[in-house]
Amino acid sequence: MNAFAAILRRDMLLAWRSRADLLISLAFFVIVGCLFPFGVGAEPNQLRAIGPGVLWVAALLSCLLSLHRLFAQDYQDGTLEQMLLSPDPTVLWILAKVLAHWLTTAVPLLLITPLMALMFDLEGGAIQVLTASLAIGTPILSLIGAVGAALTLGLRGGGALLALLVLPLFVPVLIFGAGSVDAYLSGTGASAHMLLLGGGVLGSLALSPVACAAALRISTE
Amino acid sequence: MSTSESRFNLYHYAAPQAFYPVAGKLAPIFAVIAAALTLAGLWIGFFKAPTDAVQGEVYRIIFIHVPAAWMSMFVFLVMAFWSAVGLAMNTRLSALMAQALAPTGAMFCFVALWTGALWGRPTWGAYWVWDARLTSQLLLLFLYLGYMALVAAVDDPRRRDKAGAILCLVGAVNVPIIYFSVKWWNTLHQGASVSLTKAPSMASIMLSGMLVMALAAWAYTIAVALYRVRVLILERERHADWVRGELTRLGEAN
Repeated sequence: MNAFAAILRRDMLLAWRSRADLLISLAFFVIVGCLFPFGVGAEPNQLRAIGPGVLWVAALLSCLLSLHRLFAQDYQDGTLEQMLLSPDPTVLWILAKVLAHWLTTAVPLLLITPLMALMFDLEGGAIQVLTASLAIGTPILSLIGAVGAALTLGLRGGGALLALLVLPLFVPVLIFGAGSVDAYLSGTGASAHMLLLGGGVLGSLALSPVACAAALRISTE
Repeated sequence: MSTSESRFNLYHYAAPQAFYPVAGKLAPIFAVIAAALTLAGLWIGFFKAPTDAVQGEVYRIIFIHVPAAWMSMFVFLVMAFWSAVGLAMNTRLSALMAQALAPTGAMFCFVALWTGALWGRPTWGAYWVWDARLTSQLLLLFLYLGYMALVAAVDDPRRRDKAGAILCLVGAVNVPIIYFSVKWWNTLHQGASVSLTKAPSMASIMLSGMLVMALAAWAYTIAVALYRVRVLILERERHADWVRGELTRLGEAN
């Protein structure tokens, strides 16, 4: 567990030292969200209808934007190789890195989501459901994304390639995440969507670190 | 390798050098089978199968559409199988097989979408609807493209094989999840797909046409994959003596 705490602390510290990067992905989220009213028109009913989906897509893209940083720096300066050689379980420190990624990119986004939701004229209950669905759903994005980031480590065209690999896999998360708000608004209740998202978190928590570890070993061979 | 017992050993053919001539022998056979079955299937489809009572002539697209859709899904499973074998047993040929299959799977995926659009326009009144099956087929195409893009982006052959294999397995785990989530998402549009079970005698000739075309698609896939894997083997093993000899032979033949 020491290794987990140490890596988590280190990654959080590194993220804090280069906090401009974090602000960039947060600003990206806000700007993408703000672009939609310009594109589809600022009619309140329409904004209310598309709001949850737009914010979910924006969150997804902003997560994608920060994913390549997950291993890139450690790969370049050789830290990653040392960590793979260390006796600590690979899966453990991968989880620490993914958790750090989630804490530094998704949590700020969660904090600003209610504000963005107000711009789309969502009501209080819907805002709560949207924020909760993002809170449960974004860990899946970080976990699946980590596999993609590990596979594309150091490849040319890495960023666009990562998007191509990972975005189709994000679709179920997007469906249940944005769907939860619709379900809440239609009166069915969002619990089914939330439970499925929770199941997604557990499933990806179990599988993706293993795939990620295998991918990292291949990429650093 | 020269003993006669090892001839019947499957592991013997796991070596690219041993598999290369076998693929060369099998590929033309499957190509001929594919051509014959395609001709037979199209003949049944266009001349024997009657016009559909509800949809008219337009339904005849199923003779291409349905086999293509089946194949596109099945090829991904086969790729996942070869990927798993390659990762577990560390065989080079398995990864090459997966890479040889990918373009064919993507092609069938595209054909299924394209013919579906052509069929959807007169039948549903739209080239594209966000139906669960269409959408998951589109996402499957993206998975194929992602696999091919990743394989193309890696220069080191070992890393290419293994990275592709991991992506393929991750994709295979996700395909059912994607399918069911899309189905959940679009429960409203369901029921649009048309059942083809009309009068039994009609359905059987239509069905046999479709099955013959499906077998043709199988034979085509096997033939094309074998041809492609031969090229991949030559490319991968280009530093080996036997490949040099083979390439000189091919050069002289031309």
